[in-house]
Amino acid sequence: MSAKTQFHADANVTTADEDRRAFVRRALGGYKVTRAKTESAYASWEHARDVASAIKYEGLNHLDAMLEQFEQQFTARGGKVFWASNSQQARDYILGLARDRGVKSIVKSKAMTSEEIHLNDALEADGYAVIESDLGEFIQQLKHEAPYHFVFPCMHLKRDEISALFEKELGSAKTDSPEELTMIARRFMRRHYLEADMGISGANFIIAETGMISITENEGNARLTCAHPRIHVALVGIEKVLPRLADLALFLPMLGTAGTGQNMTCYNSMYAGPRQPGEEDGPEEFHVVFLDNHRTRLLADPEQRDALHCIRCGACLNVCPIFKNIGGHAYGTTYQGPIGSVITPHFRGLQDWKHLSGASSLCGACTEACPVKIDIHHHLLHNRRNAMKEKPALLEKLLWKAFSWFMNQPRLYAFATRFTPWAMELHPLVKASALDPVQSWTKTRDFPEAPPKTFRQLWAERKEAAK
Amino acid sequence: MSGDRTAILGRIREALRVPAPRHHEKPPAPATTVTAPFREWLPPVGPSHGDRVAVFARLSDVLKTEFIDCPDLAAAAQHLAQLAETNGWQKLALHPGALTDAVAKSLPIAQLRIDGDYDKNALEACDAGLTECECLVAQTGSVCVTTRSSGGRALSVLPPHHIAIASRAQLLPDLTAAYELLAQKYAASGYPSFMCFIGGPSRTGDIERILVLGAHGPKKLTVLLVP
Repeated sequence: MSAKTQFHADANVTTADEDRRAFVRRALGGYKVTRAKTESAYASWEHARDVASAIKYEGLNHLDAMLEQFEQQFTARGGKVFWASNSQQARDYILGLARDRGVKSIVKSKAMTSEEIHLNDALEADGYAVIESDLGEFIQQLKHEAPYHFVFPCMHLKRDEISALFEKELGSAKTDSPEELTMIARRFMRRHYLEADMGISGANFIIAETGMISITENEGNARLTCAHPRIHVALVGIEKVLPRLADLALFLPMLGTAGTGQNMTCYNSMYAGPRQPGEEDGPEEFHVVFLDNHRTRLLADPEQRDALHCIRCGACLNVCPIFKNIGGHAYGTTYQGPIGSVITPHFRGLQDWKHLSGASSLCGACTEACPVKIDIHHHLLHNRRNAMKEKPALLEKLLWKAFSWFMNQPRLYAFATRFTPWAMELHPLVKASALDPVQSWTKTRDFPEAPPKTFRQLWAERKEAAK
Repeated sequence: MSGDRTAILGRIREALRVPAPRHHEKPPAPATTVTAPFREWLPPVGPSHGDRVAVFARLSDVLKTEFIDCPDLAAAAQHLAQLAETNGWQKLALHPGALTDAVAKSLPIAQLRIDGDYDKNALEACDAGLTECECLVAQTGSVCVTTRSSGGRALSVLPPHHIAIASRAQLLPDLTAAYELLAQKYAASGYPSFMCFIGGPSRTGDIERILVLGAHGPKKLTVLLVP
């Protein structure tokens, strides 16, 4: 099945689940309220967005120099950088490391890049036990299901579903308390932090100036993942650069505010190399894997280059009317929502993924919510245009031509509209069937009823009456 | 082996030959005497020490941090002893330091000193971790810890209760000031391998967006401010 057919089939199922839709909408409504409140404490959120966008622009448009600067600083402190052009190279490197260093168990904190390259599958196929430590990711891992939302992985699940899952997979007692469920995961995870040989993380920012990566989280699982395991591997998209360490003074609060409506996320950690002389703990080895995986393809499109500004806060998903109705899984992508619809065609092929750019009301809520001012909804239009340019739809072109010719023939038009009432009478016979010329509209909607008289008739009558 | 370094850098340089249009406005010049970056746009903090304490206290409330503004070291030590008693602590982990030693020296429970290599299982068994910090940040209600100032990476996250102690001079207005301090201390000699801004106890909202404290890290955070 093509990605498009799959998308339509899945979206049909998820939109019919009104109960789940209401549940997700309620959660996102809560986000909207807290975010608005936190945002209003800024002296100027709008100016902060401009500055953030300018800094990201600076970083991205000097990406080569930024990455080299990072590498130089990071290597000088005993870290190791691996440059991966694609998923295969990244997976092979991490697998090779695990084999080479005699790794037995692996603990992971949240990293969308690892979802992107299907890292867990590769590691598990090789016999490694990989534990997702973020609560939401852990639940999705037990459920053998991809994250629903790249910031809130299990926001679609209700507590009784999670309780049933834990009962089945972990043998815990049934409970309807989110606190108790969290504690079950906490107890389960504890020994893994101490016993794992390898900790795998993502990163929210790459700091060029000082050779650091920055990780933002609420639970403390990433901190624990990077504390005791003797090897730390961070898998990072190359676009995550910030020029200076002090830029975080702007980005850390903005990420928290846009992402979850928090003033700032609970833990914002900066990692500069493995354990240094004189330090009490920390990994012996620290590897940063730079992942390209077609990011350079998007970089080569100046019009949409700013889509790489994305700091993965998820704000555009939270406000998107499409996401609220079809949910995260229907997209069939690693990155859901508006930003996913923009970047996925670049990563995985325009013709296969252009349908996502059509799944938009172009309301612009995403662009407005974006803390780094990515022109998201216009990029959806750019994708549509590019797809059409690359592979013109001849039949559609022909139809438009015929339509414009027809509309320019007043007599023919007048003649044809006389048949409208008859056509309306007959339409119910074929409505929504394959014979219906407007099937894709009438499948889910009623055809508007035609007025008893045409505009031309009304016009003529009025003119007559005025005489 | 550094992988596809040359190929990736080549593709980046090729891609950047055409400049991208800007979507952002040019940020306005600061209108007031504020000169440090970002202060103009982020949540403001008043100029006096009292303002900082007030903002930090308000945010602590929001973040569920227990914030105690102690009149002197003795009061801090007393509060710590009280915490130990009410929570029934058996063992406290701490790192050597002027402030940590001063408040913990007369504490009548077992202590694990994190100094050089330590037994991670012993740390896991402790009821609380006591650390100093680099600074407190009023603007965000954060405690800034580093491997250098706070006894490594795990002491402030593994035990279920984290107590951070800071002197009044360490309470800074905002993140910009915190980064200035870190740069001043470490830019020349080398940064610690781990630095972190902590805002309250560990938390999650992953289940139905209901706030639960103590997801994986500490369930409680206490900040003791001493003169």
